[in-house]
Amino acid sequence: MSMIHSKASISMLALMAALLGAGASPALGAASEDDFKAAYAAAVDANKQAAQLRDQWTVTATALAGAKKAADAGDFDKAVAESKEAEALAKASVFQATSEKDAWKAMEIH
Amino acid sequence: MNVRSAIHLVSLGLALAFAAAQPAAAADTIDPAVDAKAFQKYFTDKFPKVKLEDFVNGPYSMNEDMHRQWEEKEEFPPYEFSLDMGKEMFAKPFKNGKSYADCFANGGIGVRQNYPYFDEKEGKVITLELALNRCREANGEPPFSYVKDEMAALTAYMAFTSRGKPFDIKIPNDPRALEAFETGKQYFYTRRGQLNFSCASCHVQNPGERIRAEILAPALGILNAMPIYRSEWGGMGTISRRFTTCNVQTRSVPLDPQSDEYRDLEYYLSYVSNGLPISGPGARP
Repeated sequence: MSMIHSKASISMLALMAALLGAGASPALGAASEDDFKAAYAAAVDANKQAAQLRDQWTVTATALAGAKKAADAGDFDKAVAESKEAEALAKASVFQATSEKDAWKAMEIH
Repeated sequence: MNVRSAIHLVSLGLALAFAAAQPAAAADTIDPAVDAKAFQKYFTDKFPKVKLEDFVNGPYSMNEDMHRQWEEKEEFPPYEFSLDMGKEMFAKPFKNGKSYADCFANGGIGVRQNYPYFDEKEGKVITLELALNRCREANGEPPFSYVKDEMAALTAYMAFTSRGKPFDIKIPNDPRALEAFETGKQYFYTRRGQLNFSCASCHVQNPGERIRAEILAPALGILNAMPIYRSEWGGMGTISRRFTTCNVQTRSVPLDPQSDEYRDLEYYLSYVSNGLPISGPGARP
């Protein structure tokens, strides 16, 4: 193996180790029910804002339902992850609704 | 500061103030007639071979092969059962002895082209579906679901009695009516859902193009054929069904059928298709 290839392999191994470490980290600090409750409440709040703007997304509801289901099964890592996904989706829908208040005009036929 | 400089400064100030006022005034102007003209021109320019009245045939006006399939389908139209059911329902009196005919001008025959209208007393848009359910409730009958079955059957029959009559939607000189038109327009062009699509993304920017296996219908005349039998639905659907399913397809949570936004959207879309004939009930892939 050439020097360049060796260096590349070492870098790759380091990257994989870092990724594995990152993937494993939630297990090291397992989420609690309280973590889930906080994450879920934040997601619900963001989705309520989207509702006020009449722009909720179906995928947000799916993620919220997934979070609830995981929490009911006692899998709080998954429940927190799903809650965070729901919050991100809800915030994206709020951003969309807010920017579209003016942006829709760009598409209008004149 | 000398007098000349002062005059220049004042002139500049006035010019800027005027310039600033102009766009605001233009942006605030709501002119449905101008919008409708531009809307129709957009489609007739985009599809110069399609006759204006043919736009009501949706995807069938965009593709010759599909047009031939549709002509054959029309020999035994899939909406026929619904149409027969609607005719029967329309004629059957309510428990109090009155009927649908008592709720509508001309006994409800040949009036579809006038819906939706703006009710100046209520200050809101009244669609045909809403008027039918209000008629039922006023006569002690429970309302129907807005999306299919009985409502589709009733509107199919009423549309059938108006076939060939051009859409004749009125916008009274009432700021609330103009606002409803504008709100409907805004809804039509606003992107929503995770897919970030507006109604216009498909039906203005891409009519005639395929989205998966479907050929997208032009927005012009899109409501003239309602209600429709859709093979995709395996049954009939109303305008309410069309709006809610479009929203879901873009991964947007649909509003309640006959919510203000949908009523305004129907008002806008119907108005910009004024002059095009009613062709409902229709059939679509």
